[in-house]
Amino acid sequence: MDRFRMIFQYFQSNSESVMNGICGLLALASVKIYTSFDFSCPCLPQYNMAYGLGIMFVPPFILFLCGLILNRQSLVMLEEWRRPPGHRKKDLAVIRYMCSSIMQRAMVAPVVWIIVTLLDGKCLICAFSGSMDPEKFVGFANMSTVQVQQLLAKVPCKDDELVRNNTSRKAVSRYLRCWSQALGWSILLILIIAAFLARWLRPCFNQAALLQARHWSNYIDIEQKVFEETCCEHSRLFAHKCILHFFESMRQEIKLHSFSLPREGEGAEGGEDLLQGITDQDQVNKLLKTWYYEKPPLDVSQAHQR
Amino acid sequence: MDKFRMIFQFFQSNQESFMNGICGIMALASTQMYSAFDFNCPCLPHYNLAYGLGILLVPPFILFLLGFVLNNNISMLAEEWRRPQGQRGKDPAVLRYMFCSMAQRAMIAPVVWVSVTLLDGKCVTCAFCTSVPVETLGNASHPRLSQGEIQRLLARIPCKEIYNGQQLIANEVAVRYLRCISQALGWCFVLLMTTLAFLVRLLRPCFSQAAFLKSRYWSHYIDIERKLFDETCTEHARSFAKVCIQQFFEGMSMDLVAARCHLPRKAPAEAEEAAEKLLGITDQGTMNMALKSWHRCKPPLHLHPPALPTGNGWAGEGQPRMHPSAPQKETAAYYSWV
Repeated sequence: MDRFRMIFQYFQSNSESVMNGICGLLALASVKIYTSFDFSCPCLPQYNMAYGLGIMFVPPFILFLCGLILNRQSLVMLEEWRRPPGHRKKDLAVIRYMCSSIMQRAMVAPVVWIIVTLLDGKCLICAFSGSMDPEKFVGFANMSTVQVQQLLAKVPCKDDELVRNNTSRKAVSRYLRCWSQALGWSILLILIIAAFLARWLRPCFNQAALLQARHWSNYIDIEQKVFEETCCEHSRLFAHKCILHFFESMRQEIKLHSFSLPREGEGAEGGEDLLQGITDQDQVNKLLKTWYYEKPPLDVSQAHQR
Repeated sequence: MDKFRMIFQFFQSNQESFMNGICGIMALASTQMYSAFDFNCPCLPHYNLAYGLGILLVPPFILFLLGFVLNNNISMLAEEWRRPQGQRGKDPAVLRYMFCSMAQRAMIAPVVWVSVTLLDGKCVTCAFCTSVPVETLGNASHPRLSQGEIQRLLARIPCKEIYNGQQLIANEVAVRYLRCISQALGWCFVLLMTTLAFLVRLLRPCFSQAAFLKSRYWSHYIDIERKLFDETCTEHARSFAKVCIQQFFEGMSMDLVAARCHLPRKAPAEAEEAAEKLLGITDQGTMNMALKSWHRCKPPLHLHPPALPTGNGWAGEGQPRMHPSAPQKETAAYYSWV
């Protein structure tokens, strides 16, 4: 019990820290996945846009779902939302608070991915090189449409033989990367300002309701953890009693069958108390066989009635 | 350090968290294995597809089975499934819960392998290089080649060093195309798996939460009960062994006392306790005899009741048949070696 209490105190004090930790790990994982992912633009007119935008938006969605799945509190919130009222009313403010805190944490990794993608620039170059206006660039000005499309599509692939030494390719690439990085930094700035405002202005509005919602959401989380711990403890005690009664019933059965087991020896040797009257290879085998073939019923109150 | 110990203890005590740990380790091991594996496309028309798809699908199957093998609960599930009913009914919901939770954990490493393989692209490039659309991607003007020739040329796409079909279709173009398809497939696969996991995990509280709590409780109970039973049996075996060995030594020392009637009883009072612990075996020869006897003629698995050690104390009193009149023979047996 002491061990449970120590562990429980650890989680009680750090419930939010654990969630923040998971959120940070996912953000780091998102950066790591991006850097280890081998981005290779197909450099074909019809495929570029799909590939570039796909890489920009599909992994963030996956990371968002992972953020929801890995966060324990989302299960707690759903249970609280769907439970029948019973004797305890449901407080929608608490559920809303939990929902918003879960969403905020789940959004961190996708936002990190999108920003890293934009700051790196490869995705945008791949997706929008085919949509460039060829008139702006000297090297592409005087060509047929089809040819221009082909060349523009190959801009992201530096080593392709068609565009390897084309200076206009570098110009297009730089132009798109500049836009991409500008977009990335702007999004980052807007998000940080929004977070700053949200955090600093929140105490000006309805702080008391917020404190209440936070307190009860923590309470629901802790209550569920305590319930699970208590169930574990209870099933341990239940199992303990069940097994003891099983051994006791075996001992009584043995007594019934071998009438002559002397009782004066009981307690004479300390070690034999633990033997519970089972002192023979056959008896042990019978005990193990009975344990398999006839498990005792899940009812430990019977022993008191015997 | 203290916090780490607490965390470690928590994981150990909670079987599910422990299994999550194993599952994460297997996922990491699967990525390591993939990066350490030396992928070698055969670059021959009929072998490419078999090799590529084999590397894509066979290791995940192995990892899936390994996930079951490494899970301790598989034997628990099998036992609960096959045991006779006896006095305790069987609940199929509990069995389903146990199986589902094991299968979910075992699926993680194979899914990681398939995702990493698809995102890397080598397998799909190797398997499907002969199906590249040459008309759209290749050069418009190329010498007329038979179908077989084209297949052989295309099969060499993954092997850049021996590729000789630059006139037909540029190697980089084909590789980029195939890798793009492979990565798209990979991300779609990961999205599908994540969506499934999301639906399974987060839609469950909306339906049948009470039944879920019940199944979870009883499945933990079966696990704990099995562990406690093993612990109790171990304790019992320990006490059994202790008493058995003690009785063996007592039997030996009684025989020695009977054989050497002249053993002087001049052990001083304060050394009696120590002498008692020695159980009458006080020299090398006797100890050797005891060890030999323990090896050649172990005592029967029957602890006689602690009645007074009279000559007739063994016989009668309803001794089960496991206890023959061996002591006399035993005495004779090891004395013949003296």
